[in-house]
Parts: sequence; structure tokens; C-alpha cells
Amino acid sequence: MGREDTIVKQVVSKYNNDKTRLMDIITDVQNELGCVSDETIRHIASQLQISSVDVEGVVTFYHFFSKTPRGKYTVYLNSSAVAVMKGRTAVAKAFEEAAGCKFGSTTPDGAIGLYNTSCIGMNDQEPAAIINGVVFTNLTPQKAKELVAGMKAGKHVQEMVTEFGDGANQSELIRSMVKNNIMRKGSVIFAPYELGSALAAALSRKPDDVIEEMKIANLRGRGGAGFPTGMKWDFCRKSEGTKKYVICNADEGEPGTFKDRVILTELPSMLFEGMAIGGYAVGANEGIIYLRAEYLYLKKYLEKVLSDMRAKNLLGKNILGKGFDFDIRIQMGAGAYVCGEESALIESAEGKRGEPRNRPPFPVQKGYLGYPTTVNNVETFCCAVRIMLEGGEWFKKMGTAQSAGTKLLSVSGDCEKPGVYEVEFGITVQTLLEMVGGRTAKAVQIGGPSGNCIGKKDFGRRICYDDLATGGSIIVIGQQRDLFEIVHNFMDFFVEESCGWCVPCRAGNVILKERLEKIMSGKASLKDIDELESWCKIVKAMSRCGLGQTSPNPIYTTIQNFRDIYEAKVAKDVDYVTSFDLLAAVQESCKIAGRIPNVEEH
Amino acid sequence: MSTIQFTIDGKPCTGKSGQTIVEAAKDNGIYIPTLCHFEGLKPAGSCRICTVKVGGRFMAACTTPVTEGMVIENKTSELEDYRKAIIEMLFVEGNHMCPTCEKSGNCELQALGYRYMMFVPRFPYLFPKRELDASLPKIIIERNRCVQCLRCVRSMTTSDGKKIFGMVNRGGHIHINVDRELAKNMSDEQAQKAMDLCPVGSILKKEVGFVVPIGKRKYDAMPIGSEIEKA
Repeated sequence: MGREDTIVKQVVSKYNNDKTRLMDIITDVQNELGCVSDETIRHIASQLQISSVDVEGVVTFYHFFSKTPRGKYTVYLNSSAVAVMKGRTAVAKAFEEAAGCKFGSTTPDGAIGLYNTSCIGMNDQEPAAIINGVVFTNLTPQKAKELVAGMKAGKHVQEMVTEFGDGANQSELIRSMVKNNIMRKGSVIFAPYELGSALAAALSRKPDDVIEEMKIANLRGRGGAGFPTGMKWDFCRKSEGTKKYVICNADEGEPGTFKDRVILTELPSMLFEGMAIGGYAVGANEGIIYLRAEYLYLKKYLEKVLSDMRAKNLLGKNILGKGFDFDIRIQMGAGAYVCGEESALIESAEGKRGEPRNRPPFPVQKGYLGYPTTVNNVETFCCAVRIMLEGGEWFKKMGTAQSAGTKLLSVSGDCEKPGVYEVEFGITVQTLLEMVGGRTAKAVQIGGPSGNCIGKKDFGRRICYDDLATGGSIIVIGQQRDLFEIVHNFMDFFVEESCGWCVPCRAGNVILKERLEKIMSGKASLKDIDELESWCKIVKAMSRCGLGQTSPNPIYTTIQNFRDIYEAKVAKDVDYVTSFDLLAAVQESCKIAGRIPNVEEH
Repeated sequence: MSTIQFTIDGKPCTGKSGQTIVEAAKDNGIYIPTLCHFEGLKPAGSCRICTVKVGGRFMAACTTPVTEGMVIENKTSELEDYRKAIIEMLFVEGNHMCPTCEKSGNCELQALGYRYMMFVPRFPYLFPKRELDASLPKIIIERNRCVQCLRCVRSMTTSDGKKIFGMVNRGGHIHINVDRELAKNMSDEQAQKAMDLCPVGSILKKEVGFVVPIGKRKYDAMPIGSEIEKA
């Protein structure tokens, strides 16, 4: 029996031959073997007694799983639009020159692998990279060279972290250079709070009363969709099931958002307390926090927080002597934006490809392992804690009629003070821009790429569910920026992150990007703009989940709000301009024939 | 099952609770175009051609249950144009050469192209590079023609419930693959079943071809959907 076979057997038995833990099994096997080859896939499948194509499907779905080795040191450099604004291109070049390989490949000796990755939740300290799970922020070409030198010298990655961020980032179990950058504290999330007090308050009331309090508060989901939390918990409570689950969506993947990372760093016990309150309300005894792979560096710390809470009887059996049992496990993701969609997240937590489910049934009816499940955002659970302490009426007094309370905004891009801001719902974009030092902005991307790109004429609009909704991502775009570069970066992101299940999202986004490139190249007419706009509508209307329903937004909202920049790129007086490059198309045959056609004649 | 009343494009219809919109429409002689849907298989909702509008919202008719009083828009010019766009996307996303394809005339994608009078797709061809797998004993997997409908994934399992087919990769790189050991053991009947389930010419049974001549195939005389509309 080979080493590989032994490792697979050990890992699979560690998870009790449970195929629903396939994410963890693949992660552990990859950590041992460096990759999950076709041979390893067959071993895993035979141990779990499932089809090898089931395992291969999962391995090939997630960005951080690989069938081939990606180096003893694997550098994942963030490719988000803000990273590019902050100098990513020069950093990438420095990495390539120092390491001696291109992005998307590994050095011939297998020592260093360089790979691009979608937003890693560090937009306020870009350019940033993850190397073997350790985060490096505010990179410069010089720092990139030093990192490569350290890797070549065989240094341990953690040793290369020489400075530390603020707050708990310095704690023994994190030891990270990541900064919290909490720029504004409000009265819901960043106000003082006493651990366990909200849970005690909840357990002294009936579950229905807890749900009623959320309804009074008009608490809506903080992930962006804004579904009323009280209603979701109520549906879940009323659904029939021998077991129920509470899942925290900590798969913060919308480019430009990072506020959940700050909660996970500074207020994890508040979050876990919120999950326990949710569990009590819906009648669940088990909770899962689905943590995005990019935040792996927080895992040990979060596990310690969980065990401390168990020691204080805030988790575990008979919590606070009130007869309620609840515990939480951490489920790691492996790099897939679409897993932020709640049913895709559930699929992933069940060890499958992170593809959204068809609805009905909804997760509150049939969720994790088929049991009624409520999935809520990190910030939403923290709001629930505050509501238990201060009451729904208190909460509702803040914000607007449809959007109660405060909202954490992750602000990045061309502003003086990037970071996390806790503001009341209803704040105008203009007020926010003044707060963050970005008053000269040309445009603001509200809600990340899937949101809305607005120009100056809309800066008077309000951030709330009934006007400009956002899960928290605010990207300030300065006068010097080429909007097309940003839109193109966002479309690259959606093409990369589409799960591929449904046609309009899978093919449509590629087609939209292609037509955008035609316009960007200057070889287009007015008709191309109109067509592009109408195709955006098709993809939005026909796609299965929120990803495809919003992925055309970078193009769609910029055509609506900045049509002049599109028109400036195209020919006005002709119906059609071809982007077909004859010389490029016949390049290969010219080489074979040894002559070049005279294209001028044709 | 209780009887329920609903309308499609204003026409009063009756259905049974628990039915999907596609099933209920069929019982009322109304054709809603489908491609990934296959009677008896769990709906996938992947192709989106069956998209209808209910209460102003777009939804897949193959996965949405029909409910009492539902007002369904089906054959509006907007929906028909969007459906045609999906068919066009499928044609540009793969490499489809109808004249040389064994499935021509029995192909549901081709038949939809005819029904929707697709002369030329509005979208640019993407010409993807896709691999053909002819190494299995009973079947050929021609990925150039695959529409990722998941019919093979959903239906082809071994007697102990293991999947023979599955999806790998994601986004535009998604494609069908097999568990090679399980696929090697497929019987002739299973190979025929896989080919018959495949709406296009992506899964072909080896060593037979053109048993039914062109001209006498399923959609050669009547457009797809007419069997429902006639009833």
C-alpha cells in the first residue's frame, strides 16, 4: 500500500467515511499530498464508495483545490479591481521576475506557484496575497521580491510576517498583518457588549417571542438580499423536521466587502451568541459557520473562541442551565464566490459542488442534509444579539422605514480613509464620500460588481434596501480611472465565478465580455452598445440564481449611468464595424505557406 | 391530488397540485419549450428555455409548481425572443455541425432551432476547444455538442446507485466526464439508453449509425412541440 493510499484511508476514516464531509477530506488530503491527482481521486472515491466523477466534480469546482501540484509555496495574488488600482500589476511583475515563472504556473523545481485569485476580502489594504494560507497586505514590488527571496531560502511562511495588524490580529492564534481599519463605530455592532447577556435574555423568553422581537425590529438580511430575518426564522421554526440547522454565511465573497472579516476578528463571540439565539428561536441544536477559504488564517482563533464559550456554558449542553443544547462547527470553503448564495453554500457544506438549488423547496423547508435550515449573514446574527439586548423598537428607530438599524460598509478604492464604517441606513452617498475622504470621486460602485455603478448625479441617493441596496461593498472610483478597465475586471470575475449550471450565466457572461471588449477596442458602432444592453437584460432575466441575475450589472449600470464613455468609443456614422482581424486569423497558415496576404487589396 | 385552476396567456387551465408548470401546461395542450427537462427525471432547471413569467417574475416552468390562481405568461414576444436567445447561446457556445451529426433530425436543440426559426445566432461564435472521448467500449462522448443538460448525470447510475456521468470544472469550462471503471462496464442497453436520453449528439452508441435514415426521423416532418399542441 502506497503512502498516498495510506493518507487517503487515514483522512477518510478521520471523517467516519462520511461523504458529506468531502470538502474537509479533499482539503486534508491536499494538505498532505500537495494536490489531488486523478489517482488520488480514485482512492478517495473507492474509500467513500462513491463514483470517482463525484469526487472529481468537487475537486475541479473549487479554486483552491488542484489536480496538479501548485508549489511548496503557493502565492494567490488578489486580482480585484481595487487591487489593480493600488498597484497590483507591478507587484505581479515583481513576483514573476523574482520567482521565474508566470502567474498561473509553478516554477520548474516545484518550489513556488503563482496564481491569481478573486477578491480575498482585503480591499482596504491592497495589493494583497495569500501564501500557504497566510495573508500579506499592502504589497509593493520590493516586498514581493523579499517574499520570494524568503521562499527561496526555505523560510516558513509565518516567519515572513514581520509586522502585525491592530486588535485581535496580534493575538497568538492569528498573528496576522491584516488591519481592521474600523473607521466609524455605531450603536449596533461596534458598541460595548457583555458576552452571554443577549443569550441569557433570549433563553428567558419563548422562541416565538424572540422571533417576534426580530419582526418588530424589522431586521433584514445583511448579506445584501435583505430578506426579513424574523420571517425566515419563523418559516424555519414552523417547518417540520426531526432536526434543524442554523448556518452562518461567512463566505464574504462580493469583491470589495470585508466587514465580516472584521467581525470575525473582533467580535466572534457576539456572532456565535447570535447563532445560538437563532438556534433557540428556530429550534435547532446544531450550527455551522461556513468560512471562506480566504479566511483560513482565522480558523484556529475561532475554534478557541468556540471552546471558551463551551467552557462558559454559552455553547454545548444545557446552556446557562436553561435546558437548551447548541453547538457550532466550522466548515471551510475552498474558493467559490457562488457559495455565498445560500443554497449553493448548503450544497458545499454537504460536500458537493457549490451549485445553487432549484426552489422550491427553500432552505427553511429543506436545507442542510434535507433538514429545515436558516442561513444568515455574519452581521445579521450580530444585529440579533443587539436586538435581544435593546429591543426591536430601539433598533427600528435607526435607519429608514424599510431599512432599520445600522449597516457596516466596507469602503475601499480612491478615498483617504478606507475601512469599515458603521452607519445608519439612509445615509446619502455624498455624505459617505465626505466621511471617507472621497469627495472627488467620479463614480461609486455600490454593492460590489453585482450592484450599481453610479455617477455624480446620483450621489444624493441613499444607501438602504429601498434605494441603493448593498451587502456592504462600496468602491470609490477616482477621476483618473478608466471605468472600462474596472467593468472589464468585474466581468472577468463573473466569467470565472459562474458555476456553469445554467446557460444564460455560463455562456451569456462570456458573450457580454466579448462584446464589451469589441467596444473597448474601438472597433464598434452604436448598434453594439444597444445590442450589449439588450443582451444584459436577457442574462438577467433568464439566469437561475442571483449570480447570473446580477452579473451583467457592471455593463448594464455603466451603460445607463455613463453612456457617454461608451459612445465615445464607437463609430457613429456606420451600422457595423468588424473586429475581425484577418492577419491574426491566418497567422498560422501564413507561417506554413511562408507568405503574407496583401490585406489592403481586400 | 386536488384540482387547481390557473391561466396560461389568458386561457383557463386545470391542473393537479404538485405538478410543475411544464407538466400542467402539457396536460392542457400547451407547449412550453424544454431542453434539459426529461419526463421522469428530477428537473434540473439548467437550460432555462422553459422560462415563463408569473406575477412579473421570470421563472423556470420545469422546476416551478403550478399553484391555484396562477397567471402564467408563456408565448409573449419578450419570452419567445429570450428563449430564442438561449438556443442561440447554445449554438455559439458549442461546436454544432448538424449536417454531419448522427443525431440530426432527432436532435432537440436542432429542432428548437427550427421551431424558433433561428437562421443565424445574434451572438458571436465562441469556437471552444472541447475534447472528444472515444476510448470507452460502448459509447463516444462528443463534448463539442454537449449542452450540459445533465440528463445523463441524473439518469445513468449503477445498480448500487453510483453515478456513471458527472460534471467537472465550472463556468464555461464545465463538461461531462465519467467514472471510467463504471463507464467501461456499461451494457449495450445502458449505452442505448444514454444515447436516447441525450437531447443532442453528445453521447453516441458505438458501432451503429443512421439506422433510421434522415427524412424519417422524429422532427423531420413536424416541429418539436406539435405533438403536445395537437392533443
